[in-house]
Amino acid sequence: MSGEVSVIEGVLREQRETLLAAWVQAQLAAPGVRTDLISESELRVESERFLTALVEGVTNDPGSADLMSPHWDTIRDQLTALSRSRATRGFSPTETATFVFSLKKPLFEALTEADGDTAATIWSATQLIDSLGLYTADAYLRTREEVIRRQQDELIELSTPVVKLWQGVVALPLIGTLDSARTQVVMESLLQRIVETDSAIAIIDITGVPTVDTMVAQHLLKAVTAARLMGADCIISGIRPLIAQTIVHLGLDLSEVTTKSSLADAVTVALERTGHQIVRRKTPAAE
Amino acid sequence: MNRIPILKLGHLLLVSIQVDMHDRMALALQEDLAERISQTGARGVLIDISGLEFIDSFIGRMLSDIAGIARVLDAETVVVGMRPVVAITLVDLGLTLPGVRTALTVERGMAMLPPPTADEDLGDDEEAEDAGGR
Repeated sequence: MSGEVSVIEGVLREQRETLLAAWVQAQLAAPGVRTDLISESELRVESERFLTALVEGVTNDPGSADLMSPHWDTIRDQLTALSRSRATRGFSPTETATFVFSLKKPLFEALTEADGDTAATIWSATQLIDSLGLYTADAYLRTREEVIRRQQDELIELSTPVVKLWQGVVALPLIGTLDSARTQVVMESLLQRIVETDSAIAIIDITGVPTVDTMVAQHLLKAVTAARLMGADCIISGIRPLIAQTIVHLGLDLSEVTTKSSLADAVTVALERTGHQIVRRKTPAAE
Repeated sequence: MNRIPILKLGHLLLVSIQVDMHDRMALALQEDLAERISQTGARGVLIDISGLEFIDSFIGRMLSDIAGIARVLDAETVVVGMRPVVAITLVDLGLTLPGVRTALTVERGMAMLPPPTADEDLGDDEEAEDAGGR
């Protein structure tokens, strides 16, 4: 194994410039090359850096070619950075991995020229390139997952505005499907705002919630109970006829909770309970 | 063993729990409170738990029990100042403290308890006591 690797190392060192040129050429010639997303000069710089790191890796770790060993730190960091930038630019996983895999052809050609015992050498070279390519794909996926998770968190935060309607009255207009994770965040921010604004009444408006199943109802009841434990009353408003039917058919008990069909009704009740009265002022036109 | 102080505020008893309670302390508070309610003839008990960072099932039950005991002794109980985290934990534990009235702040809690002047009998008693004192 180490014999073949030293051949690879030799080729990488001696024919670096030729390899680089051929590789960049191969990348540019590949079908579906994304020159719209990355410039040729940038590609050249990335390729050059990769080759340098590859030589370093092969030199430091001639035996095992185990990518997780510290000898390959540089190249791993580089590939992670590369996948990250390509993932955010909109490359597909295949296009990202092709960056590494397209090195195969020029490298194999150079190896064939340099060494008689090509089969074994090419085998170890292909192993090396494959593992690097797979690592790139992994890094790409990790980045995408990070992006998705971050967006999810942001969505959750965005979707839970607790608004102060009046002195002592807060409202939580819920929009979208409620799941356990979201309900937890919603509940926490609602309770927190109740304390901050010293509000004895909280209105939970579910006009924007498409469906209410047993889980959602249970989550809502949990929020209502927690608010009650703290000393605030909850009013649930915006229950649509269909949802009301579902609730009854599911046999859910909402008798402990004040429910109103519209947010306006809930606001009226809340203001009445806090000792306010809504009066229409007489306008000159009305007299 | 530390005891939770019970303060008399007119016709009310005020308990402010500022340390995390262990079970014996909770039991002692329950006993002391029952004793003080019958002693003073208090009509309302206000328990401030804003200092508590967590409540386990035992303390939760104790709060329910206190409310029950007070009701038997003709006093109303209001628990005030529960933190959001505590409320969430209690709900997750399935403890909804039935029979316990709650309020956000001490002020709001006081407003929920019977005022001394609203109840004429109590008002008369207090005036009588005052007169006796002078």
